[in-house]
Amino acid sequence: MTPQSAAWFILFTPLVMAVVILFIGKLGKPVSSGLAIAGAAFTCVLSWWLFAGADFVDPVRIEWIDFGKLVGAESPAQFYVPIGLTIDALSKVMLLVVTTIATLVFIYSVGYMATEEGYTRFFAALSLFLFSMLGIVLADNFVMMFIFWELVGVSSFILIGHYFGKDSAAEACKQAFTLNRIGDFGFMLGILVFWFVTGSVIFSEVGSSLGGFDEAPIWLNVAVILVFCGTVGKSAQLPLHVWLPNSMEGPTPVSSLLHAATMVAAGIYMLARIFPIVLAAPIALEVIGWIGALTCFVAGLMAIQQNDIKRILAYSTISQLGYMVLGVAVGPVWGIPMFHLFTHAFFKCLLFLCAGSVIVGMHHKQDIWEMGGLAKKMPITFLAMVIGTLALIGCPFFAGSFSKDLIIEYALGKSMLWYWISAGAVVLTAAYMTRLIVVVFFGAPRTDHARKAQESSLIMTVPLMLLSLAAFGAGYPIIQKQFIPITHPENLAWWAHPVILGFLVLGVVSAILIYRRAGAKDPVSIPAFANRLYIDDFYTWLVRWAQDGTASLLGWVDRWIIEGVGVQFTAKLTWSVGFALRFLQFGNIQAYVFFFGAGVVALIYFLFATT
Amino acid sequence: MAPTLAHYLVVSGLLFTLGMTAVLLRRNILIIFMGLELMLNAANLSLVSFSRFNLSPAGLPAYDAQILVFFIITVAAAEVAVGLAIIVALYRSLQTTHVEDLDTLKF
Repeated sequence: MTPQSAAWFILFTPLVMAVVILFIGKLGKPVSSGLAIAGAAFTCVLSWWLFAGADFVDPVRIEWIDFGKLVGAESPAQFYVPIGLTIDALSKVMLLVVTTIATLVFIYSVGYMATEEGYTRFFAALSLFLFSMLGIVLADNFVMMFIFWELVGVSSFILIGHYFGKDSAAEACKQAFTLNRIGDFGFMLGILVFWFVTGSVIFSEVGSSLGGFDEAPIWLNVAVILVFCGTVGKSAQLPLHVWLPNSMEGPTPVSSLLHAATMVAAGIYMLARIFPIVLAAPIALEVIGWIGALTCFVAGLMAIQQNDIKRILAYSTISQLGYMVLGVAVGPVWGIPMFHLFTHAFFKCLLFLCAGSVIVGMHHKQDIWEMGGLAKKMPITFLAMVIGTLALIGCPFFAGSFSKDLIIEYALGKSMLWYWISAGAVVLTAAYMTRLIVVVFFGAPRTDHARKAQESSLIMTVPLMLLSLAAFGAGYPIIQKQFIPITHPENLAWWAHPVILGFLVLGVVSAILIYRRAGAKDPVSIPAFANRLYIDDFYTWLVRWAQDGTASLLGWVDRWIIEGVGVQFTAKLTWSVGFALRFLQFGNIQAYVFFFGAGVVALIYFLFATT
Repeated sequence: MAPTLAHYLVVSGLLFTLGMTAVLLRRNILIIFMGLELMLNAANLSLVSFSRFNLSPAGLPAYDAQILVFFIITVAAAEVAVGLAIIVALYRSLQTTHVEDLDTLKF
């Protein structure tokens, strides 16, 4: 097999599996899950094989849309969109992350979904999701990426709305799709600007013809910011972040896949893919950096007051994505954000799978204030969760510390403010994760469910153990060098790193002190954070206000313009003319005929008499 | 004495007058309808007679008018079907064929 055909196999195997599962999945549960896992494992093996090989000199392309040069256009516009696959250092490492994590999540789903409804549909949708994500990773042009970008939106819609009979799940999937559409609209406009100025939608050609922006560099910034809107939607940055915590309505394996390797990673990956273009736009970098820094801090604030175990993790994902976006703004190479994405994928996936294991053990209770003392009952889950937590908060020697500290250190080189904001988020990260561990795993069990909780089956704990290894080791330079090229900041202030460590200890210690003896209720209550700074409420209000306003305006137009003037007036006019003409009728046919005949005679008379 | 154009036109005029009289004087809508048909065919008769006596230089009548009359008869047959259908419908709803009773549009 050549690397080229391997790339095509990687892209299309999950799609074929999704279709096949839909057709023959009714044969039995093992058929659906077996096919999905086989497909994912096949792409995973091929990805590792590709990774070992060399980059393609030229991307593989299939001609698709080619309008040639547009006549009369002033720009060098020609519309040429191939279906092209890029295999370079960036997409190879992303392929590894996506397919490896997807395979583990697929296997884990067999255990998690064992008693759930919609088993076949679930695995078909998972395969479709994997296909969409691989399309984004392999795309070599904006249009193709945008198509798969939308496909990710659709398949996440299906998966988040898996329990569509539940109102909250139906609302959540609708919200996720709609908010993503808002961001995607900006993405589409950005693609149009790039195409209009450079005459191409292919990443490499856009990157090499940025000279077209020289006359008005502001347009380059505008285009990058518009494209970044896509990231804001897909990677759940402020202010479009609200869909991600609500997407917890989906089954836990979906949350894990969504948060670790697919969907939210797509936004960061896209920025890394066009990294040279982003670097050329200083104003856009400023915007990206601010959004990233604010997101990582604000999401941390919201996380410290959540009570649902999955929601805490969801806000922590938003916060970590904020770090990655900040990494795009401060890093000199694409490796800086991608390194954090790489390590985050493993430990966040691990944390979610642990949460899923806890939820299954707790008979689908998710409130952390109903848990407690689970460490003894679920020892494997507990250990895995602790490893994931240590990696997430950036404890030294765990994966997260390598990648997150790198971003914060680079932030110092760009802006003092960004440094302090992102370092401050470390306190929050440490605090909310320690709170989670202490409340869920230590102390006395708070309910009967917690007292009777049991460790999950092997099919769920084996992926946990594998991911624990990755969450511990993925950040070490010896491993990182194999996957992602990074640089380290020069002339770093001596206090930059100790401050981060100090903040980390501060967060952990204060959370332990506060929650050590917590009863059945949170001893700290900050309504603003618990209510997510009222951003969700504001959106609800805005949507209702805008919707009601538009509806009543349209109602008025319909009632008074269309119905009043258009329909009723015409009808009344016709009726009244008919009413007036009734007075001319006297109801005698003979008389009508007589007048008719007399009229004819008169007409003939005048015609002939006048000539 | 061979009939001339004038003879035909007189017959046609008589038929037309008969039809007109029936339409004006009779009260039964069916008879009125027959009068209408009579008037139509009177017009047809004058059309064919004009055609018969309007000879071309080769001594042939103008045949297109005679063809036209066939068309008129065909269309008239269709029109009669529609007219009779209306009358039947009218009778069904009002139980009468007398025109004096048909004055619902009058104010």
